[in-house]
Amino acid sequence: MAETTASPITMVDAPDGLEGQGFFATSLEKVIGLARSYSLWPLPFATSCCGIEFMATMGSHYDISRFGSERPSFSPRQADLLMVMGTIAKKMAPIVKQVYEQMAEPRWVLSMGACACSGGIFDSYSVLQGIDRIIPVDVYVPGCPPRPEQVLDGLMQVQELARNESLRRRNSPEYQALLASYNIK
Amino acid sequence: MDHLISGPSGPEHTERRAQPAQEPLPLFSAAGPGAPLQIRDELNNELTTLNLGPTHPATHGIFQNILKMDGERIISGVPTIGYIHRAFEKIAEHRPFYQITPLTDRMNYCSSPINNMGWHMTVEKLLGITVPKRAEYIRVIAMELARICDHLICNSILGVDTGAFTGFLYVFQEREKVYEIFEEICGSRLTTNMGRIGGMERDLNATAIDKLRTWLREFPVVMREFETMFNRNRIFMDRTEGVGPISAERALNYGFTGPNLRAAGVDYDCRVMNPYSSYGDFEFDVPVGTTGDTYDRFMVRQEEIWQSLRIITQALENLPEGPFHADAPHYYLPPKQAVYRNMEALIYHFKIIMGEIEAPVGEVYHSVEGGNGELGFYLISDGGRTPYRLHFRRPCFIYYQAYSEMVVGQSLSDAIVTLSSLNVIAGELDG
Amino acid sequence: MTNDHILSTLRARFGEATFTDVEEQFGLLSVTIEREQLIEVMHFLKEGELGFTFLTTMCGINYPNNLNRELGMIYHLHNLPTNTRLRVKTFFPVLDPVVPTLTPLWATANWMEREAYDFFGITFPGHPNLIRILNVEDMDYFPMRRQYPLEDQTREDKTDSFFGR
Repeated sequence: MAETTASPITMVDAPDGLEGQGFFATSLEKVIGLARSYSLWPLPFATSCCGIEFMATMGSHYDISRFGSERPSFSPRQADLLMVMGTIAKKMAPIVKQVYEQMAEPRWVLSMGACACSGGIFDSYSVLQGIDRIIPVDVYVPGCPPRPEQVLDGLMQVQELARNESLRRRNSPEYQALLASYNIK
Repeated sequence: MDHLISGPSGPEHTERRAQPAQEPLPLFSAAGPGAPLQIRDELNNELTTLNLGPTHPATHGIFQNILKMDGERIISGVPTIGYIHRAFEKIAEHRPFYQITPLTDRMNYCSSPINNMGWHMTVEKLLGITVPKRAEYIRVIAMELARICDHLICNSILGVDTGAFTGFLYVFQEREKVYEIFEEICGSRLTTNMGRIGGMERDLNATAIDKLRTWLREFPVVMREFETMFNRNRIFMDRTEGVGPISAERALNYGFTGPNLRAAGVDYDCRVMNPYSSYGDFEFDVPVGTTGDTYDRFMVRQEEIWQSLRIITQALENLPEGPFHADAPHYYLPPKQAVYRNMEALIYHFKIIMGEIEAPVGEVYHSVEGGNGELGFYLISDGGRTPYRLHFRRPCFIYYQAYSEMVVGQSLSDAIVTLSSLNVIAGELDG
Repeated sequence: MTNDHILSTLRARFGEATFTDVEEQFGLLSVTIEREQLIEVMHFLKEGELGFTFLTTMCGINYPNNLNRELGMIYHLHNLPTNTRLRVKTFFPVLDPVVPTLTPLWATANWMEREAYDFFGITFPGHPNLIRILNVEDMDYFPMRRQYPLEDQTREDKTDSFFGR
């Protein structure tokens, strides 16, 4: 906790490394992880009520751009984080998959709301019971709809994942097996 | 599901125009309403097919339009919906009456309290329960706050679609304050599940009234700023006047209701025509437009926000004393203290929670003025614990049909603005 | 315009036998007719003196126990100037689910009839574009019929024992 005499501005902790006069040496992974985690550009895949809560999170009160998500990108090619917000019906499922496939590595998926996590209150014939049926999900944010604070907490979890990810993870056989299990090329 | 991937969202081939069109193409087919538009596709007159959606930054939800375009002009548009079909009507056949309220929340989720109250009133009509005045006034306050929220979203997003992002930020700050009021009333921000069959679940506490009074003082200031930014803005007016017009006759034929119909000139408002929940006690005007274009729809919604503020102020000033729920022990949960002490209350509590209460046989249609128009509930009860059939008359579903007619001959950017001004909420569209 | 006046006008025009199951619930008059007379009656209601020019909504319904009248269509009409509503019902067998289309009269009937087709399998000859509207195009059954369950039977992740089924 910050003491009363300390400056109110907290700086990001530098990663472990060797510091000297005019230079700082650390591993590339840590620097890249740091940079990535503070500039996650989301793709707001908003379908229903959670989309409105996301709009509230984007608004000035909760302000997701403080966390680096300044530029929501509706083009999958330019987005890092796919935020699926709202119910995904079976009719919509191929489109979610196609959008996910169009994203470039490294990409993360945040599933916001009960409907995206598991189908929510709609256990019916037309609703996909969770997007993890079709794409791999990194963070699940439960709620119906989740409060903006919860969404920001989910975003911070994704930041944690991005910060600590190995540079080789996306080429590793485990990751390839994961994608293969979802039939994603 | 793989074979469906190339279906709705795959890009179509584009063709270049070989030579300019000889004469303007006919805008409407002579075959009458409901007939698909005939595209004059002569030799060397090649059209571009543009797939708008289902995921698109400018659509307020997920629905798709496949537009055939001649350069920048739209010749025809074929909408596809159902991307968020959640089978509300089927689910409702399997849920006791009070469990259907959270379902109604998620139809027009920008103004959930209106959907909730509409459903409660339908059931109360079937059961013959009279709700006390205080509960009705609280319901009116909640419904008008919800209407303001819905119109604020629609208008600010219309601003965003024309490129003006600031209004959105100002307005969402005010919506946060309304969310706080909703939290005081029912505990939830967006999908409220507000009220119960027979009244409200709790009374308006002092914090809620305080917050409401503060908001009623501060919101008009922000609203005037928002108006200054948009109402007489040269660029905004150029973008929205004459865009996506619809005449009153066509609008009525298409079943338009709500602000879209009032913008076309017909003053049909369910609160005035069939006053429910003590709306007859309040004095308010119903704004009406002339041409039914985007600017008229925007202005009708702006003015309705002011009228809703009038209603809320009147309701708050004249809030009567009394109980906040009807005396309907079969349907309204008894207070918890009574459940611990009183045998009858315990039995009612058990029966209501376990969904063992049976409704009388009957058919009722009740409609309320939702954010988008006449939101109707057609309930057929066969004497069981759940409805036999519940049909929602969803205004978005009904008026979105007219979209393809409204955008013919417009440019693509006009089509986007028209779509925003119609306030199509995907949850209500697909249901 | 009272419900008695509506009923007497209709009976005078089409005969007593046309309208069965006449009831008035919560102030709303409801009549049942046969589908052969649907277009005539609707045309008279819309264009004639009764002036029900606004089609509020229509929906399908399935009563599996009524032999030869298992499926139905229910229409709600509204006369805006006098604020009167009317409900018209028509029933027909599930093996012959055909109802004339109202699209020439009201443009709004287009999607409403597509929804009825999607949910119940009721076909409307003469409809310009009768394909599924809300469900996936290759669905091979009509989900709102009472015989089909709510949940998707092919789902693998929800164990029924947890949900009390």
